[in-house]
Amino acid sequence: MAEKELKKIFDSESACTLVSELRKTFNTGKTKSYEWRVSQLKNLQKLIEEHEKEIIEALQTDLAKPEAEIHVGEIGMLKSSLKTALNELRNWMMPEKVKTSMTTFPSSAEILPEPLGVTLVISAWNYPILLSIDPMIGAIAAGNAVVLKPSEVAPASSSFLAKYLGEYMDSSAIRVVEGAIPETTALLEQKWDKIFYTGNGRIGRIVMGAAAKHLTPVALELGGKCPVIVDSVINLQVATRRIIGGKWAFNNGQACVSADYIITTKEFAPKLIDSLKHEIETCFGTNPIESKDISRIINSNHFDRLSKLLDDEKVSGKIVCGGQRDKSCLRIAPTILLDVPEDSLIMNEEIFGPLLPILTVDKIEDSFDIVTSKEKPLAAYLFTNKNKLKDEFVRTISAGGTVINDISLHLAVHTLPFGGVGESGTGSYHGKFSFDAFSHKKAVLYRSFTGDASVRYPPYSNGKVRMLKALINGSILGIILALFKLSKD
Amino acid sequence: MGTMMDLDQSLVELRQTFRSRRTRSLEWRKSQLQAILQLLRKKEDKIFNALHQDLGKHPIEVYRDEIGVVEKSINHALSCLEKWMGPKKTRLPLVFFPASAQVLPEPLGLVLIFVSWNFPFSLAMDPLIGAISAGNVVVLKPSEHAPATSSLLSETIPLFLDSKAIKVIEGGAEVCEQLLQKKWDKIFFTGSQRVGRLIMSAAANHLTPVTLELGGKCPVILDSLSNLSEIKLAVKRIVGGKWGSCNGQACIAVDYVLVEDRFASVLINSLQRTIEKFYGKTLDEYQNLSRVVNKHHFNRLRSLLDDPLVAASIVYGGSWDEEKLMIQPTILLNPPLNSELMTEEIFGPLLPIITVDKIEESIDFINSMPKPLVIYALTKNEAFKKRILSETSSGTVTFNDILIQFLCDALPFGGVGPSGFGRYHGKYSFDTFSHEKAVLQRSYWFELEARYPPWNDFKLKFLRLTYKFDYFGLILLMLGLKK
Repeated sequence: MAEKELKKIFDSESACTLVSELRKTFNTGKTKSYEWRVSQLKNLQKLIEEHEKEIIEALQTDLAKPEAEIHVGEIGMLKSSLKTALNELRNWMMPEKVKTSMTTFPSSAEILPEPLGVTLVISAWNYPILLSIDPMIGAIAAGNAVVLKPSEVAPASSSFLAKYLGEYMDSSAIRVVEGAIPETTALLEQKWDKIFYTGNGRIGRIVMGAAAKHLTPVALELGGKCPVIVDSVINLQVATRRIIGGKWAFNNGQACVSADYIITTKEFAPKLIDSLKHEIETCFGTNPIESKDISRIINSNHFDRLSKLLDDEKVSGKIVCGGQRDKSCLRIAPTILLDVPEDSLIMNEEIFGPLLPILTVDKIEDSFDIVTSKEKPLAAYLFTNKNKLKDEFVRTISAGGTVINDISLHLAVHTLPFGGVGESGTGSYHGKFSFDAFSHKKAVLYRSFTGDASVRYPPYSNGKVRMLKALINGSILGIILALFKLSKD
Repeated sequence: MGTMMDLDQSLVELRQTFRSRRTRSLEWRKSQLQAILQLLRKKEDKIFNALHQDLGKHPIEVYRDEIGVVEKSINHALSCLEKWMGPKKTRLPLVFFPASAQVLPEPLGLVLIFVSWNFPFSLAMDPLIGAISAGNVVVLKPSEHAPATSSLLSETIPLFLDSKAIKVIEGGAEVCEQLLQKKWDKIFFTGSQRVGRLIMSAAANHLTPVTLELGGKCPVILDSLSNLSEIKLAVKRIVGGKWGSCNGQACIAVDYVLVEDRFASVLINSLQRTIEKFYGKTLDEYQNLSRVVNKHHFNRLRSLLDDPLVAASIVYGGSWDEEKLMIQPTILLNPPLNSELMTEEIFGPLLPIITVDKIEESIDFINSMPKPLVIYALTKNEAFKKRILSETSSGTVTFNDILIQFLCDALPFGGVGPSGFGRYHGKYSFDTFSHEKAVLQRSYWFELEARYPPWNDFKLKFLRLTYKFDYFGLILLMLGLKK
């Protein structure tokens, strides 16, 4: 046995072979059974339980994520997701009976969920374990075969997934392909029955374009600039802590639903900034750049990208808190900027980092125009106790999801669909929505040989027209009248 | 015919209308739906004429497949709209207390609807009803292959509907290309797989979500039936499902039939008799049959019969009239499976019959082909029905009837795999043009300290228990009783 095996390049041919193998497995019907799905979900549970230590290690290697965040944001979410799926799977798999109308009487109908087939999940680097396994839970629960392509930007997590999913899961139906652009390209050339992508809009376009060649449906979980509108009528301390919880204590702002920027009134801004400074210190100490309770920036590319945003001459003078950088350990201090110009770089791309611009307006209602002038974000947030403002916000602001008086919490609610709209994406998941995202809902109509309306067939006559009109409109009275008139004919 | 600039101006106007929020109100949506009803009533004759011109459709076919279905959709939408528009409360686990959660549907914005030529009126109106119900502004692009209907839509829609919110843009491939360069919030396409790919590729540039209602080869599995009247009825339904609706030019029309070898001749005789009863015996006699839409499709269909092995399998029909664009209802018995007739969607009046030894073999046969829009199974065998459902995949399965599933508003209408994705009809039409926005509301009291750094062991334990929804454990922890 050779000590070192030559690492085979994963090219188009490999991808094609992989898909054929999985299709063969799928066609045997193995993955459709309830037992198989449950066994795989339980294997995932075991994997997470038995290798929690390795998960924490991988995430700390990739992102220096604090352990508490790992438990809340990755492990806890997955355990909860698996528990829900295992509890609900039987219900989800059951056909949904549907009411039929007079028009098709006598008939009965139902909607039957079935797996799409061989699916591809492309994951992201910021929650590399969660965003790989959570969509897989949906794919498996729905009875599909799955290929996972973890992000190469989080290499320790990618290795973890390749190793342990390989050990714990049924490899005839579930596989991991590691790699970067060449491997992803090879995968995207194949015909999948569904592609689930988490990442940015630029790649999202490439994924959808590739899917178009095979008419493959896609779910795209993208991002955007998630605004936080902060009114003055709030509990300032709680709101501030929640904002911090949704920014720096949330993978250091590297999350698709983290607070991107704040809009508040000119009058309230100083109070908010003071409160933020105070609470940042409470959470992270007097020198937050050294705090171990914040994730670091993922890599030097992103560090440079964020530095560029700060170096922009339009904003460098607007820093009111933080601003320190340490490239050697890939850290930037929690940084707040006040009144950056709307045409600055930082206001025109998703920040995905520890920089928090605050824009000010005269009246809080003016903030809505700023938000609606930009692309629809994945989430939008409002802090206020005023009911009228809440209603206006929900009515006016279109976003994937909206939360009032908190940040990002909606992604932990499995009864809410989690997904974007417009530039922030298409499709949704979590809970039953995950199952649905990977299912085809087949319509089934049962008819019999009794009760045939001869009006359906030629040769046609006036009487038939009347009856047809009544039948189509499901009008019982119409049918009776038409029958009466028909017999007169 | 608009220029690029006219198109841009129209789009600016539509987006302005959408921003003004006029299309959001229940009143506006209802008024537009009622306006379509008015259009149907006042222009019924013009609709009959246009469809007769474009496809030679009989008025009853027009009523049944184009006007009646639209009327039904509108009435259904009008009665349900307020309910559909309302927020849906969702249940929240206790750990999020105090909070409330709901899902609120909202319009996507500017919608583009591409219409196909075979049901050029209803396939324009039905998606339009969905788009309007959901509160969007719309551009409707009728098919240039049904020019009379295209003109009709272009003339009448501005007369009845809000022309600043709903516009009709006519034209051919060039206009389609121009439209596809723009940014839409949703594209709804009915048509062929080839064009579906182009649409989705273009949509990818703007991350525009699409619904693709495509086609495929819809098979009929004809099982043995116990008595003559059932056989007669089954055959009537097959004939109606093949030639009765746009002469086979429908995405859900019967494409081919699978039957056991021993029943083939009974079937063929029965089909023959029924065809002649419904439509006549010769090309000159035919009434109640739409014609083939144009020369291009006529030639396509005729050339399917050019293959000598295919021609040799004709058991009934096979003649045509190029001037009238009519092809005789034609039945073929076991044409070669690698012929174009059996690999492409027929979309015309040619009906292949494929025989098998045992009817259960139909399942493997169907699975060897791409997933179709519908599978029709005429059978009373309950076990066989279950097998069909679990071992095949299609947009829809209809047992013991043909085409009628189209009228069932409660069932989603759409494909899977190459037959498309996305769905509509009934509430699904509303949903397909909506974004379901999650809304979570929290308040300030009862704040969980453990949510925030600096992290420590207690907080970690707390969070782990919270995520397990282990309320008892949480209480113990807080009382200092949990290790």
